[in-house]
Amino acid sequence: SFIYCTFPWFGMDIGGTLVKLVYFEPKDITAEEEQEEVENLKSIRRYLTSNVAYGKTGVRDVHLELRNLSMCGRTGNLHFIRFPTQAMHRFIQMGSDKNFSSLHTTLCATGGGAYKFENDFRTMADLELLKLDELDCLIHGLLYVDSVSFNGQPECYFFENPSDTQNSVKTPCSLADPFPMLLVNIGSGVSILAVYSKDHYKRVTGTSLGGGTFLGLCCLLTGCETFEEALDMASRGDSSNVDKLVKDIYGGDYERFGLQGSAVASSFGHMMSKEKRDSISKEDLARAMLVTITNNIGSIARMCAVNEKIERVVFVGNFLRINTVSTKLLAYAMDFWSKGQLKALFLEHEGYFGAVGALLELLKSPEEA
Amino acid sequence: MFTSKMAAECQRVDRSSHSMDKSITLPADEIFRNLENAKRFAIDIGGSLTKLAYYSTVQHKVAKVRSFDHTAKETEGEPLYEISMQEEVTARLHFIKFENAYIETCLDFIKDHLVNTETKVIKATGGGAHKFKDLIEKKLKLRVDKEDEMTCLIKGCNFVLRNIPHEAFVYVKHADSEFRFQNTHPDIFPYLLINIGSGVSIVKVESEDKFERVGGSSIGGGTFWGLGALLTKTKRFDELLQLASKGQHTSVDMLVKDIYGGSYGSLGLTGDLIASSFGKSATADNEFSKEDMAKSLLHMISNDIGQLACLYARLHNLTRVYFGGFFIRGHPVTMHTITYSINFFTKGEVQALFLRHEGYLGTIGAFLKGAEEDTPPMLPHSLGTTALSHPRFDPNQYSWGENYAGSSGLMSVSPDLNPMQRTRSGTFPFDMLEMDRLERQLVNLPLLQDPSSYIPDTVDLSEDALAREYWLYCFEEALDGVVKRAVASQPDLPEAAERAEKFRHKYRHKLQTLRQQPFAYGSLTVRSLLDTREHCLNEFNFPDPYSKIKQRENDIALKYFQKAIKSLEELSWEQRQFALVRGLLAGNVFDWGAKAVSDVLESDPEFGFEQAKRQLEERPWLVDAYDQWLERLKGPPHKCALFFVDNSGIDIILGVFPFIRELLCRGTEVVLASNSSPALNDVTNSELQILTQRIAAMDLVIQSAVKEDRLTLVQSGSSSPCLDLSRLDKELAGVVRERHTDLVVIEGMGRAIHTNYYAMLSCESLKMAVIKNSWLADRLGGKLFSVVFKYEVPPSHKTTTQDHVPGTPS
Repeated sequence: SFIYCTFPWFGMDIGGTLVKLVYFEPKDITAEEEQEEVENLKSIRRYLTSNVAYGKTGVRDVHLELRNLSMCGRTGNLHFIRFPTQAMHRFIQMGSDKNFSSLHTTLCATGGGAYKFENDFRTMADLELLKLDELDCLIHGLLYVDSVSFNGQPECYFFENPSDTQNSVKTPCSLADPFPMLLVNIGSGVSILAVYSKDHYKRVTGTSLGGGTFLGLCCLLTGCETFEEALDMASRGDSSNVDKLVKDIYGGDYERFGLQGSAVASSFGHMMSKEKRDSISKEDLARAMLVTITNNIGSIARMCAVNEKIERVVFVGNFLRINTVSTKLLAYAMDFWSKGQLKALFLEHEGYFGAVGALLELLKSPEEA
Repeated sequence: MFTSKMAAECQRVDRSSHSMDKSITLPADEIFRNLENAKRFAIDIGGSLTKLAYYSTVQHKVAKVRSFDHTAKETEGEPLYEISMQEEVTARLHFIKFENAYIETCLDFIKDHLVNTETKVIKATGGGAHKFKDLIEKKLKLRVDKEDEMTCLIKGCNFVLRNIPHEAFVYVKHADSEFRFQNTHPDIFPYLLINIGSGVSIVKVESEDKFERVGGSSIGGGTFWGLGALLTKTKRFDELLQLASKGQHTSVDMLVKDIYGGSYGSLGLTGDLIASSFGKSATADNEFSKEDMAKSLLHMISNDIGQLACLYARLHNLTRVYFGGFFIRGHPVTMHTITYSINFFTKGEVQALFLRHEGYLGTIGAFLKGAEEDTPPMLPHSLGTTALSHPRFDPNQYSWGENYAGSSGLMSVSPDLNPMQRTRSGTFPFDMLEMDRLERQLVNLPLLQDPSSYIPDTVDLSEDALAREYWLYCFEEALDGVVKRAVASQPDLPEAAERAEKFRHKYRHKLQTLRQQPFAYGSLTVRSLLDTREHCLNEFNFPDPYSKIKQRENDIALKYFQKAIKSLEELSWEQRQFALVRGLLAGNVFDWGAKAVSDVLESDPEFGFEQAKRQLEERPWLVDAYDQWLERLKGPPHKCALFFVDNSGIDIILGVFPFIRELLCRGTEVVLASNSSPALNDVTNSELQILTQRIAAMDLVIQSAVKEDRLTLVQSGSSSPCLDLSRLDKELAGVVRERHTDLVVIEGMGRAIHTNYYAMLSCESLKMAVIKNSWLADRLGGKLFSVVFKYEVPPSHKTTTQDHVPGTPS
């Protein structure tokens, strides 16, 4: 009953900073199929599944792999791969070298890069992209991954006891009956969507203060080069050496307005003083940067949730990868500032939903598409 | 009462020209004026600027008129009333802003000059208040009493919004006039105030006492400064902004087109939109310039604040959003980025509003707080014994007006100027705001069709460069004559010439400032130029340069009154109506304010009423609704006419009085509104009272009208040759309402052309003037002495009249 879809099955999301690639590795290949399989298709499969790193910057997130997944009548494993958008031309070159165009598959791509690099795919590798809207893909991919579950475990989680960031506990949960939800996608920048059903959503707003801002400013301030480095420094830093807190100004709480003394009054406010600038550590700066960006996103998301009258706020995007400081902080901010009205939810496959959504488009029957 | 008469011999405390043994000298004539009479202080110390407030009393010379005893038979050649110069004490609020670096110098200066203050307390607010607490207490021997910053800010904000027209403006970077001043809405509440200090506070203000911090953000001015200093190694806030104004953010920020190669069409996101602030610095290895980073940072922070402001405005359903705090502080670059951001996020539905005196809000609020505390609460036992209570000072009970003579105006000190350079040049940079307590509480004319959209001024000179050029030239040219007349008005005072020169210097300086900064005091208009001149004249004790001229003219005109009435009565009804209008217009030619007229009058005193009539344009006039007016007069009489009068002499006596006499005869009540204090040769309320008495003595119609209260004199509350119908004496508004006024007559160029030409009233109105300025005549498509006779009936008025006719076939 399934329309046959030629392998390889890829879904690609080309963002401002990262390219997210999902690859379906069929595990139900018959001997007959195996024999017919062309050599370069085989070599692509072998290359992708036998490595966890590609070149200097490509990475396969093995821990996210969805095993024994049934898609479009086939069973296999879904692999999650990412590499910097800067390496896009090398990637296209590789596609050309491997004669990818001879495979007669459609390359489904979403994200801004689908538009930006369309011509390069065509001229360098003789490949036509099927360009897909990134927000459609994001929502479809998210709902799909949640529906198939994370190898039997829930895809979704929240933090129990969010008001105490030291002791809040990551707790799996179900995203059953997910609508309406406020979907906050934190990539290089941030998009905020109000999602009412699979195909009914609107982009509420966005902010340019996102993951790219965190990393960009961290690079400038600390000389670090990667997101991992920046996060690692942040995990060891103390932002209160950088930020001016309410108590730094008022000596304690600002009771007139119900502001706690520990609340940040001015991000980087201490850095107005030359003495403090001269003695500050990179770790503290990285931490402050992380807290500043995270709180700001939390604040805007919360306001949007209130304005749109939505209580469920789902945070996704690669900014949250290996970033428990931010996830816990967002959970805290949603809970605290709404007095428990709002609930922050997170998803394990953070930044890959767009790519999954693109793959789903490939597998759609022509009638459906 | 607001004024108390002071003995004429009361001497001003001599201000010794104290020279200070300090590297910086204070220009003692300009800063801390009237310090010897300072009564109460407040101070707001911010991160870099100190704002000081004090309340003082100012002694002014005022011209008073007093009727001679005319019970005896009138003697030939004796003037109608006497003019005397008296001292009056008025209240003034002084606000001074200077850099924290000068705080000690200033405190010393205050200590040395403070003579008779009764106060023991200085109200203080702002982050730096506790840092300087000991210094202030030691120097001034006043106890520092701290007040909540936000409460002061909101109090100050309400005060300026209520009392200063054109306080708020929209900033438009590339327009001819970057500052678009807003009409103050009669109801200033509710509004959102976004205060951008080191962090951001978002406050919803619902009434005088009700406000709430609804939100905020830690990304504010401190973030710009702190992060900016880290990124660029530039220490000062102002320098950072200067860097930013020279930078290109596109090399640092990741734009939509950097990701998409173009725009993101389906979402309507253009390619130039910032997708990720500093996004390029994460991936590119190249070095970034300080300027570019500063610019990117500025965009990032401004956009973020703008976005939050919009979210809060939407949540609370508010469209008036004011921005203040040190991040703004009149910096064009931050005003521009905030404006841009608000516009983007609200799709133009909300405009970012800024305030001319934003920097003073805290200190104004702290000051008011102190004044309120000093006002004792009403004791239930004191009912009926109000005389016992000491006259206290509650600023909220009065209307206040910006004193143009003593205020520096917007951007008097460029925020981009490096303070180090200023110090080296030896001047002490400061900014001042002075506000005078007005005699009366000012309110809207109840007959304005839409008070929120009423704009008094016909031409905004800040937007019209040609008109600005002309009028600034015109006022500069007229200055010699004004100085001459000012000196002549005080023949007994030998130092008048010296004072007049000081006036000349001051007003010329104001004109020069306005040439450079037309936005200094809000929209520049002919009215503001005239008012500034009046303020400067008062400042140098020339309260009424025209007093003698007015006296002489009134005397002459009175002699012709009966003759004029008699000749009018000989005419047929229809002829008389036209003669009355013509007489009114001819009378209005006598206006010493207009140069073309004063030249003729000065050289040929015999220039008479008849001659003036001949000068008038023949019908059809430039604007001619006379036929409609005549038709109207054939109908039922008006219930009550409110007449805003103009000049003394022939205008009021031979023009206005015969006209209103006819109205009175028709059964219409008349309210004559005249200026509370002198302006040019305009008839003042006190002069008009004497004139009315004299006319009543000669004329039975006027006499019985006065006796029966059908002719009433009221003060307009104004002391301007122009007319702002949104700031009129509260009593006038009461009379207008009580009497069911259904006709408003506005006479003269200042009141009917420079202002109110387009004013829409909810009742019938007549606007009459002779254009005595060839440039203006040219502008309006006429020539010198062209006549404007505008008779207007509000459209709604017509329909209601029809609605009252039942069964009219359609």
